[in-house]
Order: sequence, then structure tokens, then C-alpha cells
Amino acid sequence: MSALTIRNLTKTYANGVQALKGIDLEVQKGDFFALLGPNGAGKSTTIGVVSSLVNKSGGDVSIFGHSLDTQRSQAKMKIGVVPQEFNFNQFEKVFDIVVTQAGFYGIPAPLARERAEKYLRQLGLWEKRDKQSRTLSGGMKRRLMIARALVHEPELLILDEPTAGVDIELRRSMWDFLTRINQEGKTIILTTHYLEEAESLCRNIAIIDHGTIVENTSMRALLEKLQVETFVLDLARPVETAPVLEGFDVVLRDAQTLEVAVPKTQSLNTLFVALAEQQFEVMSMRNKANRLEELFVRLVEQNLPGEKA
Amino acid sequence: MKARDQWVAFMTIVTKEIRRFTRIWPQTLLPPAITMTLYFVIFGNLIGSRIGDMGGFDYMQYIVPGLIMMSVIQNSYGNVVSSFFSTKFQHSIEEMLVSPMPPHVILTGFVVGGMVRGMLVGLIVSLLSLFFTHLSMQHLLITVTVVILTAALFALGGFINAVFANKFDDISIVPTFILTPLTYLGGVFYSIDLLPEFWRTVSLANPIVYMVNAFRYGVLGVSDVNVYASLAAICGFVVAFYLFALWLLRRGTGIRH
Repeated sequence: MSALTIRNLTKTYANGVQALKGIDLEVQKGDFFALLGPNGAGKSTTIGVVSSLVNKSGGDVSIFGHSLDTQRSQAKMKIGVVPQEFNFNQFEKVFDIVVTQAGFYGIPAPLARERAEKYLRQLGLWEKRDKQSRTLSGGMKRRLMIARALVHEPELLILDEPTAGVDIELRRSMWDFLTRINQEGKTIILTTHYLEEAESLCRNIAIIDHGTIVENTSMRALLEKLQVETFVLDLARPVETAPVLEGFDVVLRDAQTLEVAVPKTQSLNTLFVALAEQQFEVMSMRNKANRLEELFVRLVEQNLPGEKA
Repeated sequence: MKARDQWVAFMTIVTKEIRRFTRIWPQTLLPPAITMTLYFVIFGNLIGSRIGDMGGFDYMQYIVPGLIMMSVIQNSYGNVVSSFFSTKFQHSIEEMLVSPMPPHVILTGFVVGGMVRGMLVGLIVSLLSLFFTHLSMQHLLITVTVVILTAALFALGGFINAVFANKFDDISIVPTFILTPLTYLGGVFYSIDLLPEFWRTVSLANPIVYMVNAFRYGVLGVSDVNVYASLAAICGFVVAFYLFALWLLRRGTGIRH
């Protein structure tokens, strides 16, 4: 069953900017889906239309089979949204913000308080429940928005840049939390600038650029399109020149650092055997860039105006 | 959304609004109490004692209904215009827009929140007036009806103002340049029968004249205008303002791209 179906969605703003040029998208129930794209590509507009914050110009959106045009109320009950910008009353208490949001969905106060406690505890905010939201740190504010989006227990959770400005430790704990609720059955759609985040969390992915979907596939299938991967190798001893290795492009970045472009057709074993033969001892190795990042940059570059094939 | 769920959502907004204005009571409840007490002391006691009777009542008794009405008008309007604009400004309006609440629930919730503040301030001012004069109630039903309708009308006015406002300055323009002059010239401090014929006729174009006089009729039993025509006019304005505000909200004017 589709959690989200978008058909020929268009949006032209009052200033004439055409943010969406007829996109189609389908996200299956239970999926962990990444929607990526450069700034101004149309991600937030898409999320805005799905969450009823932006009026569409054309097309159809359905959430779990409920059309946003004809079954708006049922569709909205199924969706929880964590926006990019903080959008709660800065003077209200943390607990009140979550309970009030539950009330907007028709959840009676006793149940709303119970749910608010459940999610604030899960997100590590229970101790802050009586604090005004403006006193929270940036990471806490993001978690508060997640708690608020979950309080009516939606089947589809959409997060727009949920870990922007969040420190590494907190980001990891948010990843764990999102993975857990996804495993429990919640469908999650995520936009992020951290491509490592998308690669490690999401099973399927769509890349949007200039208001059109330029790629929509599984993460595995997308990563398989990466023909060449660049690795950075740290050497045990300094060298003066880069080794010549057949089948690999090697660049000496500094006396103890090599950058090696490894085609998909070559194995890393071949690389290490060749290096060992020339007395190069490798101490450590890492990807030069995140694999998804390499692909993302190429896809977006291909989509630049005037550069299309 | 089922009717029961809509009721919960409606009460959530009303409760939130009441919590908001009671949390900042030194800004919302205290100032009108102090201002109106000063009016009672200065206009009622000091100046009023030299003016003598008006409409068959001593001056203090005559102006109290108008001052109560002035408080209701200013506070119903002020509550909704500042609260709704602030939800727009802080983007917390999005909390409501993503929810399944129909627009009429959002609108009615804000309006009732504003009415509660207007009527609560009206009650506070009424109680304070008892320290200065005696108030009898000639027509309780009319008094209550006028207060409710007036509070609703100005709460709706505040909502419409907030929808169109883009910055904080925009929410003070209407109260400063329209509401306050109309209120002061709306027969709060004098009977319009005292005015020359031309200005009396001009005054009849001021809607606040009808509200103040209808309320004064309820309390004192005297009015410069036909009370039932006033009630009908206020009802008509309430319906028109409600439908216009609802249309704006459905359209997403000022709140949705």
C-alpha cells in the first residue's frame, strides 16, 4: 500500500517562480524514504503541499489512499510533520505545546497528557516539560518538534532537515530513534543535507532538482550506479612520488597521503596487492567523499540548465 | 473530523487563548482596570460632579455602561489581533494548519478566546465601577446579548486585521486610528442628543453608537437609538464578518503560500 502518492504536482508561486514542474512520487507503507535535492530544488515546497502549508497549483496528493482534496481530514490524521524551522510558541511550556497539538487532532486531554509524557520521555525531554520552549537548546527544540509530530500517532512522519545544526552525538541518537519507530511500522520521509544520514537510514530515495524528480530508485540501485569511488590512503612512511598502478588513478596529496580512484570493475584486493609489491604500507583508508554525495553531485550537475545531453 | 473531535479541538484553542492572556495578566487584565479606574475618578467624580445629570442619571452612572463597553471592544479586538498575528509571526499557525481542524473551528476558537477576555475585562471594570456608583440592571437579557455580540464582532475584526497584518505596526493601526476615535465619538461620554443636528446625524453612521446605547439601555433603560434595530445591525455585522474571516482562512490569505 502507498503511504504517499503524488501525481503531476505543480506549484507556481505568486512571484512567478515555478517550484514544482509536475512531479510524481510514490512512497510505500513502512518505507524509510529520502527526498534529496540542492537548496531551492523544491523539497520544502513538496513537503509544504503534502502537509497543507502550501496551496498546490495542480496535481493530486494522497496519503494512505486519502486524497488531500476530497478527504482532507482523514489524510491529515495520517501524517505528522517536523518542519525545518522552529514553529512553536517560544513562550509556551514544552509539555503544553505537545498536549495542545494533540488537542488540535481531537485527542481528549487525559489521553493527550499520557501521549505527551510517552514521547517526551522517549525523546529525552521529560525533565524539561515545565520549561518555556525558548530556553531549550537547538537539539532539544528539534526533538520537541518530533514529539509534537508524533503525539497523534501518525502512520507517516515527514522530517524536513531534522538534524540540521544538531551535534554528532544527538544526531546519532535521533537516527536510532527514527530507525526504531520505522522498524515498529511508521513510514518515514526525510529530507537532509547530510547524505551520510540518507545513505545509512533510508531504503529508497528520490532526488529533486529544479522542480523535477531526476532520480527515484532504491538506495542500493542508486549506489550501484557509482562507477568510480575515490579513497584516501594514509601511508606508514613518507614517499616522494606516487606509485604507478595499472587500472587505478593515483595522486600523491602529500608525502604520506595517496588518493586512489577505484573503478567498480577493480577490487580493493588488487589495489593492496599492487601497493604491497611496490613497498607501500597503508595504515588507514577512508572514502574521499560519501558515496551518495559523489552520485548526488553528478546527478545535480547533469541536470544543470544547458548541460543536459 | 467528527463533531466530538472538533469540540475537543475548539476547546483546545479556547483554553490555549485563556492560558495566554491570563499568563500575561499584567499586560492584558491590569491595564484596562487601571485606565478605567482613572476614568471613573477623573470624568466621573471630579468633572462629572460639575456636569450634573445626563439622560436623567448622574454623569458617573451615565458613562459607566459606555466605559464597560469600551473595555469589551478594545480587549476582544486586542486579544485576537495580537494572538493570531503572533501565531503567524512565530509560524506556530502551522501547528493548526497541518492538523485536520476545519477552518471554522480555528476561527471560532480564536474568536471565543477574544470574547472571553473582552467579557472578563468588562466584568472587572463593572465590579470596579461599583466602588464609584450604583448600577441597576434594567434589561438583563439585552445587556448580556449586546455584550456577547459586541465582543464577537470585535474579536472577528481583530482576526481579520491579523490576517492582513504583515508586521507588528499593522496590528496597531486600526485600534489607534479607527477604533479609538470611533469609541470616543460613540456616545461613551455624552448623549448624542446633545450634539447639533448635523453632528448627531454623522454620529449615527458610527456603529459603536448603537452598541454603547444598546448596552446603556440594558443597564439604565435609556438609549439615543432604537435598541432592537441596533441588535439587528450588530447581528448582521457579526454574520458578515464571520463569513468574510472564514473565507480568508479557507483561502489561506496571509498564512499559506
